[in-house]
Amino acid sequence: MALKIVKGSIDRMFDKNLQDLVRGIRNHKEDEAKYISTCIDEIKQELKQDNIAVKANAVCKLTYLQMLGYDVSWAAFNIVEVMSSSKFTYKRIGYLAASQCFHESTDVIMLTTNQIRKDLSSPNQYDTGVALTGLSCFVTPDLARDLANDIMTLMSHTKPYIRKKAVLIMYKVFLKYPESLRPAFPRLKEKLEDPDPGVQSAAVNVICELARRNPKNYLSLAPLFFKLMTSSTNNWVLIKIIKLFGALTPLEPRLGKKLIEPLTNLIHSTSAMSLLYECVNTVIAVLISLSSGMPNHSASIQVSLRSIQHYLGLLAMSKILKTHPKSVQSHKDLILQCLDDKDESIRLRALDLLYGMVSKKNLMEIVKKLMLHVDKAEGTTYRDELLTKIIDICSQSNYQYITNFEWYISILVELTRLEGTRHGHLIASQMLDVAIRVKAIRAFAVAQMATLLDNAHLLTGNTQRNGICEVLYAAAWICGEFSEHLEDPLSTLEAMLRPKVATLPGHIQAVYVQNAAKLFATVLRGQEGAPADRTVAQETSQLLIDRLPLFVQSANLEVQERASCILQLVKYIQKLQQKDVEVAEEVTALFAGELNPVAPKAQKKVPVPEGLDLDAWINEPPSESESEDEGRKPKGKAVFAKEESKHTKPRYTEVDEKELAKRREVRKAEQANNPFYIKASPSSQKVYQDGVGVEHIPVVQIDLSVPLKVPGMPMSDQYVKLEEERRQKDKADKKKKDKKKRREKGEKGRRRKGDSGPESEEDITPAHMVDITTEEMPENALPSDDDEKDPNDPHKKSSKHKKKKQKKEKEEKEKKKKKKHHHHHHHSDGAGDESVQNGNVEEEEPLPVSNQSSSIYSMCDIQGNLQDGSQVVVSVIFENKCDSFIKAMEFNVLDSLNSKLQRPEGAGPHDGLTVPFQLPPGISNEARFVFSVQSIVMPQKLKGTLTFIVKTDDSSTHEKLDFKLHFTCTSYLITTPCYSDAYAKLLESGDLKGSSLKLEGVSQPFHHLLARICFHHHFSVVERIGSCASMYSRSIQGHHVCLLVKTADQTVSIDAKCDEPGLLGNVLDEIKLTFSQC
Amino acid sequence: MMRFLLLFSRQGKLRLQKWFTPIPEREKKKIVRDMTTMVLARKPRSCNFLHWKDLKIVYKRYASLYFCCGLDAEENELIALEMLHRYVELLDKYFGNVCELDIIFNFEKAYFILDEFLLGGEIQETSKQVVSRAIEASDMLQETMEEYMSKPAF
Repeated sequence: MALKIVKGSIDRMFDKNLQDLVRGIRNHKEDEAKYISTCIDEIKQELKQDNIAVKANAVCKLTYLQMLGYDVSWAAFNIVEVMSSSKFTYKRIGYLAASQCFHESTDVIMLTTNQIRKDLSSPNQYDTGVALTGLSCFVTPDLARDLANDIMTLMSHTKPYIRKKAVLIMYKVFLKYPESLRPAFPRLKEKLEDPDPGVQSAAVNVICELARRNPKNYLSLAPLFFKLMTSSTNNWVLIKIIKLFGALTPLEPRLGKKLIEPLTNLIHSTSAMSLLYECVNTVIAVLISLSSGMPNHSASIQVSLRSIQHYLGLLAMSKILKTHPKSVQSHKDLILQCLDDKDESIRLRALDLLYGMVSKKNLMEIVKKLMLHVDKAEGTTYRDELLTKIIDICSQSNYQYITNFEWYISILVELTRLEGTRHGHLIASQMLDVAIRVKAIRAFAVAQMATLLDNAHLLTGNTQRNGICEVLYAAAWICGEFSEHLEDPLSTLEAMLRPKVATLPGHIQAVYVQNAAKLFATVLRGQEGAPADRTVAQETSQLLIDRLPLFVQSANLEVQERASCILQLVKYIQKLQQKDVEVAEEVTALFAGELNPVAPKAQKKVPVPEGLDLDAWINEPPSESESEDEGRKPKGKAVFAKEESKHTKPRYTEVDEKELAKRREVRKAEQANNPFYIKASPSSQKVYQDGVGVEHIPVVQIDLSVPLKVPGMPMSDQYVKLEEERRQKDKADKKKKDKKKRREKGEKGRRRKGDSGPESEEDITPAHMVDITTEEMPENALPSDDDEKDPNDPHKKSSKHKKKKQKKEKEEKEKKKKKKHHHHHHHSDGAGDESVQNGNVEEEEPLPVSNQSSSIYSMCDIQGNLQDGSQVVVSVIFENKCDSFIKAMEFNVLDSLNSKLQRPEGAGPHDGLTVPFQLPPGISNEARFVFSVQSIVMPQKLKGTLTFIVKTDDSSTHEKLDFKLHFTCTSYLITTPCYSDAYAKLLESGDLKGSSLKLEGVSQPFHHLLARICFHHHFSVVERIGSCASMYSRSIQGHHVCLLVKTADQTVSIDAKCDEPGLLGNVLDEIKLTFSQC
Repeated sequence: MMRFLLLFSRQGKLRLQKWFTPIPEREKKKIVRDMTTMVLARKPRSCNFLHWKDLKIVYKRYASLYFCCGLDAEENELIALEMLHRYVELLDKYFGNVCELDIIFNFEKAYFILDEFLLGGEIQETSKQVVSRAIEASDMLQETMEEYMSKPAF
């Protein structure tokens, strides 16, 4: 034995220690892996020895190797051995290794439970500390369950060093073993007022983290935290508290109002950027929750935002933007500056912001700046981001901010010059969208597209997989579809049939071929009038016959099919031409009829005609196999399916001609009478023609000195200038008119301020009317306001125009409702006559059910209002349990002399309150009602009714639900902590009158019993000694209630004192009831 | 809550890793790889915050070492930056003008200091004095043990 020891210590002198290992690794840079594998072999040898010092050294080295990425899980047991050493030196290393290497699936963790427990109760505080630190890293649900009690005891350790660690680790324990939260919480709450600042901040930390996961349960702590916030000077703690309030305010709006003041004070006084940032964040959260908005405060945010680091400032601004767009808009310059920042992440944030900031006035300016950045940008990802943002900005809310579509088209054309962008597809869909929906712009768009087609070689240029060639798809389609606007259809046709086209992707070629045919028709029609030029028409046919075979050979089925079809057609036409037959008319007829844009939601809005049951079978389905055939149908739609699915009309296959004609007649008649159907409005055309400078627009402008640009493209900048001129002219016109008016009125010399100031949003009249929204709706569309709101739109904005419209629609809807609905009055037969019990928000137990009917289910919670001694807040959760929509809920209560429902001013004493939401099936929501209460001594029962409309698909019924609200005396009590000395003084004062209560046969453990009283009756434990505890609570009107609870073999005696004997008696009765129920 | 703290060199060599939530080994390696590539690719003087998956990444470079931590989405980035700085201060105080080599050769000390400063991803002690006192005291305990152990065993 002695020999072994000697041997061990001699070995030790030759062992490598950690420093040697590190040095060795640094010296073996070339063959590091080999060196380390020999080291691991050595370590394995060392671990086999009995000497704990050698083992600890080996484990220490292993920890280092683990960091380098080597697997050391095989040594887990040795780590446990070192952890259990009695020497601090080794224990420390053992725990460090464990915290680095162990995870939940490490099986040896099971073996550590007793060791850790022993260390936790060690007399040496550093042993305990090391164990707690280690445990925080590898705590498992099992460990948490087994050690929760030990750690809880440590929370009241004499040494603050241990207390703070124990408090912090409790959070980990709660996460792994949630059952421990309830018994530990009172102690945790005590720690908020620990004399040691470290422990206090640890407790704040833990409660904040808990509250963030489930804020509702921690609302009752708000006053305590409010006190801490106004008294604490520790920034780390303040940040946590402010963060906590940020989580609480959405639940309790009144808190928000209270917070604004101290938060703004902090914002102005603090020098710590992190605290400032937290305050700003919370203020934003508060402002969002107070939807009313507080413009004066947002000003103070502005000031502070400037000083915060760019990135975070931008982040915060994007939050403000959602609710207070105006206040961010003033920082446009700052944000545009951020676009020049070196850091890409800052630039991207700034872009996000710009999206929400544009208005009619500044759109052109902002986009112009962005275009400059596009030119400068390095790296395709950022450039692509810019491109999508430009398109997003311009197209948002139905092109709301675009006043000049010529400008927008030229922007799109300019964007096609970007090399290597992935977003050709996006640009293409924009071009199509604008050209189809803005009628006035078509002539211009077609001209632009023709130039694009003519210069297609510049776009397709070098790379085959270039995404930008997608725009040719749009260009070809626009030129074909609106070919009547083309100046020289022949040359465009020529451009579309160049051999180079065959290198384009298949789906684009297909569009080319199809639209070549359309152009052909246009050319023929153009030539027909002049018989002398018949040769031109024939030449055109020949051109097609020459060029089309190239496409007939295409590998792409779609292209091939279309090309061969058209080729045959042209050949036939050529024959006719040679016989001098007029063909133009017939060829044009092939493509007659305009494709109207149809809104994506249009189909949904067509009302189902009376007597039509869509679900009924027309023919009984013959067999299952049939369905496969249907699956095959949509195959052939590849070409237009992508972009134009919304433009194609629904196809009816089995309607005969007569029927069609009849229907057309009917529809025309309907359209004529339908206010929602807006036909091509003459006014829009007029505005377009009136626009200054449209005639001057050089459609073809050849600029050879700038070879990189597509020649002949007008620059968007010109439109910016033109637009400005137009606006100025508009303004001048207006001024003239104004002046005239003024003269007429005889108001001389008085200049309105507005004249010299910048033009406001409303002043800018768009150059083109966007006849978009209404036109696309089918006749008889049911208006509804829900589609106005785009759920994906992060920056919801509503212009005046929109609001008006919504309002109108609403009125309309209401009228309809009145007509439609038959009012059935159903009385649910006393379904909800059970009493309502009050619960407490502190716990998550399901609250007692108050009433239930087939369709609605509600729970309620009654709580005294701390701020006002005569108010009680009742929060009711309504849940819709049926499958129909529930709306127009009205909550009414028969007031008693003592308790009255607070109604808005002007409402009569018997009027109900509307519940401010509707309930779709299966949804629940909470509403709060405030009652004013005069005397809180007696419990109260209030009768009430809830009326609501159940709306099913075909009818709607009025329903009524009776319920009773039970205001127990307990609900007037508020959990208030009390110190034992204050408690003793209170009892000594002699102001309190006593009463007592005995409960027999209570078998539950004492701490459960206490928890029950705390939970159900809002008491807090002041002191607990053995099987005896003193408890305290306070009523909203300031009555003190003290309990002394004792237990001895299944009998519980409660001695109670209170300054209001009536209240006390009732509270005791309620406590008795609670225990008799269990 | 802070999820992890990593220290790595300019060459991407990991110098210290602390995981405040248990994560499988493979996941750890992936995160370390992502962090080093992402942070090292940043140009000097760009901002210290990044978004990665659902985490906020805060990093700062001190001499040749990058200090990088991952936070929950609702955390305050600026306070994390201050936490990193405080940790550097603590290291500096302990080693006296700390350099990368100090951390390499005494990596276990660096962990011990961190454990006194943070626990379970939360700040444990905001006072520098208290932290260094705790470290000194436990070092004293360790030193005496080491002396005791280095005495001949017979």
